[in-house]
Amino acid sequence: MAKVRGAVVVEKEGCKGCSLCVEACPQEVLALHKEVNSRGYHYSYMKNPEACIGCSNCGAVCPDTCITVYRVKF
Amino acid sequence: MKNMDIKDIIKPENLVYDKSELQIDTIMHYCPGCSHGVVHKLIAEIIEELGIQEDTIGVSPVGCAVFAYNYIDIDWQQAAHGRAPAVATGIARTNPDKIVFTYQGDGDLASIGAGEILHACNRGENIVVIFINNAIYGMTGGQMAPTTLIGQPTSTSPLGRDVALNGYPMKMTEIIATLPGTCYVTRQSVHTAATVRKCKKAIKKAFQNVMAKKGTSFVEVVSTCNSGWKMTPVGANTWMEENMFAEYVPGDLKDNDIQKPAIGN
Amino acid sequence: MGELRLMKGNEVLAEAAIRCGCDAYFGYPITPQSEVMETLMEQRPWDTTGMVVLQAESEVASINMVYGAAAAGKKAMTSSSSPGISLMAEGISYIAGAELPCLIVNVQRGGPGLGTIQPSQADYFQAVKGGGHGDYRLITLAPASVQEMHDFVKLAFDLAFKYRNPAMILTDGALGQMMEKVELADYTPRRTKEEILDQCGSWATTGKTSGREKHVITSLEMDSHKMEQNNLRFQEKFKEIEATEVRYEAIRCEDAELILVAFGTSSRICQKAIELAREKGIKVGLIRPITLYPFPSAIIAELAPKVKGFLSVEMSAGQMVEDVKLAVYEARCTTPVKHFGRMGGILPSPNEVVDALETKF
Repeated sequence: MAKVRGAVVVEKEGCKGCSLCVEACPQEVLALHKEVNSRGYHYSYMKNPEACIGCSNCGAVCPDTCITVYRVKF
Repeated sequence: MKNMDIKDIIKPENLVYDKSELQIDTIMHYCPGCSHGVVHKLIAEIIEELGIQEDTIGVSPVGCAVFAYNYIDIDWQQAAHGRAPAVATGIARTNPDKIVFTYQGDGDLASIGAGEILHACNRGENIVVIFINNAIYGMTGGQMAPTTLIGQPTSTSPLGRDVALNGYPMKMTEIIATLPGTCYVTRQSVHTAATVRKCKKAIKKAFQNVMAKKGTSFVEVVSTCNSGWKMTPVGANTWMEENMFAEYVPGDLKDNDIQKPAIGN
Repeated sequence: MGELRLMKGNEVLAEAAIRCGCDAYFGYPITPQSEVMETLMEQRPWDTTGMVVLQAESEVASINMVYGAAAAGKKAMTSSSSPGISLMAEGISYIAGAELPCLIVNVQRGGPGLGTIQPSQADYFQAVKGGGHGDYRLITLAPASVQEMHDFVKLAFDLAFKYRNPAMILTDGALGQMMEKVELADYTPRRTKEEILDQCGSWATTGKTSGREKHVITSLEMDSHKMEQNNLRFQEKFKEIEATEVRYEAIRCEDAELILVAFGTSSRICQKAIELAREKGIKVGLIRPITLYPFPSAIIAELAPKVKGFLSVEMSAGQMVEDVKLAVYEARCTTPVKHFGRMGGILPSPNEVVDALETKF
């Protein structure tokens, strides 16, 4: 059982849909949304939020600094 | 735990990763997936962590990163193409209490500014040099750079870089490492979370070296230009690992703990 | 009375820089001005006033070092001779575009190309019309003595900081190498950090403190409308400079029928020519522009209806003569304007000038 739970907040309008965070996520939490933001990008979102461990890998690789990460330890 | 509500996780006390306060809240002009954004972010984080916002002066280049000054909340000077090391010399010599860094691409640093970077490093100017090597001229539309790989297609080498015509990829960082004025010369990348964290340590060390007046610290970041390379961001990272790293091997080339003789002036 | 010394023009540039509280000199050797940096390196001002002196790897680097220091609010200068100034053209344009104050000294030699190491005035166009790309002007001072070489260092810095614009001392190899008596100014201390903040704190990269926005020194503006506004602001500044900063010397113009116009070394030769001409009964005067930009057009316009002609005497194929013609044209006069010059490092002789007056008018 995981002893941590995490959550990722993607600033939808800042995301350019490069999908580097999707690739960097070890838990396959993130995916690009089928909808686009106002600038026409398929933005990243938590498709599988329960799996997030708050490792921040997505935030680290994000070139647009549009990811904020939270984590709770149990 | 699995049923824990997301709202209970997203609380200020649980925050583990956020934008640096020194990173200006605006959307960068870079293409999706561009390495520049990651390196900018690291520099903002490092300046904040070291508490040197008031003492740091950045020198932005000509090229895609010309607008670096729009993204980090410090004083900046924008230099002519290739001349950032000379501009940084002018600042650092007359303001020895300031922490001066240049941020240059491979066209800027290795081609038009080859003279300035060599001599600034040879004098051991007390500056940080961040060298973004993506083997291409991004801003002007993906032309061949001195660092373009043999066979790599660009808009001015459409059939790939031809040694007979264009010579060989230029390993600036290896050349720089031979200069006694440099104290720390390293090659990093930012294509995975692990390498991003490692690169941050390297850049932080470079800034700390300048704070300790050790001379020139030079950090190459092997980077992608997925637009110029005509690849997806993820595909560009894979291509970089498979091709760039063979020519531009990541790792420290030099890490001296020798204090440079103090400048008389 | 300040300290009197017998000094070379080039040496006095260095001495004046130290004495006026200059913060930094960046340069590269080139004949006939190498004594500037040599003198500084002998003087070691970093041990006394704290002035930085650095031999750069090229003129290109020198001018960009000046950019860096000037953008931090420092009093920075460089010196070179004609081919070196050509190399600096890019950096000078950036400095003008970023509105930075600094001093550039051109101890001219004959061109084009590598040319000669002998004196010349053929960089007039380069100095007053631009030299680099874009619409900008250099405040250009033309000393005619070693004393003025000394005095204009401080004056150039004062004007550069007043208008946030690069200033140039346009001199030549003859004045650089010439020895004359000079009265040296007393030492003015370099500005303190607080004084620099007072003077330049609103724009310079002195470090972003919590009380203010970040300062960005750049000549770049991608929005064409804003870039045009920048240019219009520069033009306003140049208009103010033209209205306020014209300096010239008028010698024996009161009864003159013919007016010589000459600056720097040529103006000294013309003073002898005036004596010789007047012995022959030709009433000649001299307008000596001290500022080449802004050019003393008003006095030429004022004289134009009263005199028979102007002779622009230059060590060039005729560059300043165009500004004399413009001034006469602006005065709606048809007074003839002629040129006499020598090139390639040759100085005109006073007799040649008199001959030119006799044959051209």
